[in-house]
Amino acid sequence: MMNKDKCFYWKLFSSTFYLSAFTFGGGYVIIPLMKKKFVDQYEWIEQEEMLDIAAIAQSSPGAIAVNASILIGYRLAGFLGAFITILGTILPPMITLSIISLFYTAFRDSAAVSAVLNGMQAAVAAVIADVVITMGIGIVKSKSVISILVMICAFAATYFFQVNVMLIILICGLLGVAVTLVNQRREKRRNIQL
Amino acid sequence: MIYLELFWSFFQIGLCSIGGGYAAMPLIQNQVVDIHHWMDMTEFVDIITISQMTPGPIAINSATFVGLQIGGILGAVVATIGCIVPSCMIVLVIAYFYYKYQKLTMVQGILGGLRPAVVAMIASAGISILLLSLFGSNPISYQLSTVDVFSAILFFVSLLVLRIWKINPIYVMLGAGIVSLGYYLIIG
Repeated sequence: MMNKDKCFYWKLFSSTFYLSAFTFGGGYVIIPLMKKKFVDQYEWIEQEEMLDIAAIAQSSPGAIAVNASILIGYRLAGFLGAFITILGTILPPMITLSIISLFYTAFRDSAAVSAVLNGMQAAVAAVIADVVITMGIGIVKSKSVISILVMICAFAATYFFQVNVMLIILICGLLGVAVTLVNQRREKRRNIQL
Repeated sequence: MIYLELFWSFFQIGLCSIGGGYAAMPLIQNQVVDIHHWMDMTEFVDIITISQMTPGPIAINSATFVGLQIGGILGAVVATIGCIVPSCMIVLVIAYFYYKYQKLTMVQGILGGLRPAVVAMIASAGISILLLSLFGSNPISYQLSTVDVFSAILFFVSLLVLRIWKINPIYVMLGAGIVSLGYYLIIG
C-alpha cells in the first residue's frame, strides 16, 4: 500500500489545498473533484467509499467540503491525516477572503472578475456532469432495480420538489435496512429448506 | 472578550448548519447581523455574493470575513476554528464507527440505499449550477432563445474534453475562466 512518508503527507495536503482553492460555490462541488483526485488519479479510495463519504459529510453538521476532507484524511492517515486535510481545506478560503476583504467592493463589481467566474462556472457544471455520468452508469450497470429507482426518485425529490436532503437520506437509509432484512430472511429460509 | 464571542458564535453556526451552504446562511445572519450587530444587512449580502464568487464554504468565508473586521487576523483564525470544531468532533466519531463497522451486512445495506441517492443529489446540484451559468442568476424563463450561447459552448467543450481526454478538471476550469475573460475583453 501507501508509504506514509513526508512525501505522502505533502501530497495529501497539497491535493486538498488545491481542491479547496477551486471549489467555487461550495457544497457538493467538492465531491466530484475529490472523486477525480482520490479515486481516479491516486486510487487511494474506492468509488463506493467516496459516495459513503459524501453521504456522511452531508448528514453531519458543518460545511460539506470540510466534513468530506476530515473523512478522507482520517481514512488515509488517522488523526494526523484529518488535521492535514482540514488545514488544506480551510487555508485557501481564508487566504482568498483575507485578500479580497481589502478591496471587496471593487472585486464584487468588477466585470472582468465576473467574466472569469462565469466561464469557470460552466466548467464546474461540466465537471459535475462528467462525474455524475460515470457514477450513474455504475449504478445502472449494477442492475439493481431498487438502486436505479432510488436514484430516479431521489433526483425528482431534490430537484423538482425541493424535499429536505436530510429527509431523503433518512428514507433511503431506512429503505436500505428494509432491503437487508428481507434479504437476510430469504437467505435463512433457503438455508432451512436445504 | 471579543475572541471568545467570535469563537462561540461560529461554533454555534458550525454545529447547527446541517447540509452545508444554504442551510448555514440564515444561522450566520442570525448570529452576525441580528444578535451581535457585527455587520449590517448590506454587508451580509455582500459576503454572500463574494462567497459565491470565491472558493470555499460560505461558513468559512463569513468566519474569515467577520473575524477580520472584528478582531484582525487573530479574529479570523478564532472564528474559523470555532466554525470547524463541531464538524471535527462529530465527523471523527462517525468516521471511527464507519470504518469499524463498514463491513457489517446491515451497515452495507444502509449505505447501499444511500449511494444512489447521493449520485442523484450531486446531479441535482450540477443541474442548478448549469442553469445558473446558462441563464444567469435571475432568469425570466428557461427557454432556448434566452440561453447564454457562449456558456453553453464552454460547458459542452469542457464536458467533451473531460470525458474524452480525462484532463485534470482544475485545468479545464482554469482554461474556461481564461477563455471567458478573453471573450469579455475582445467582444465585451
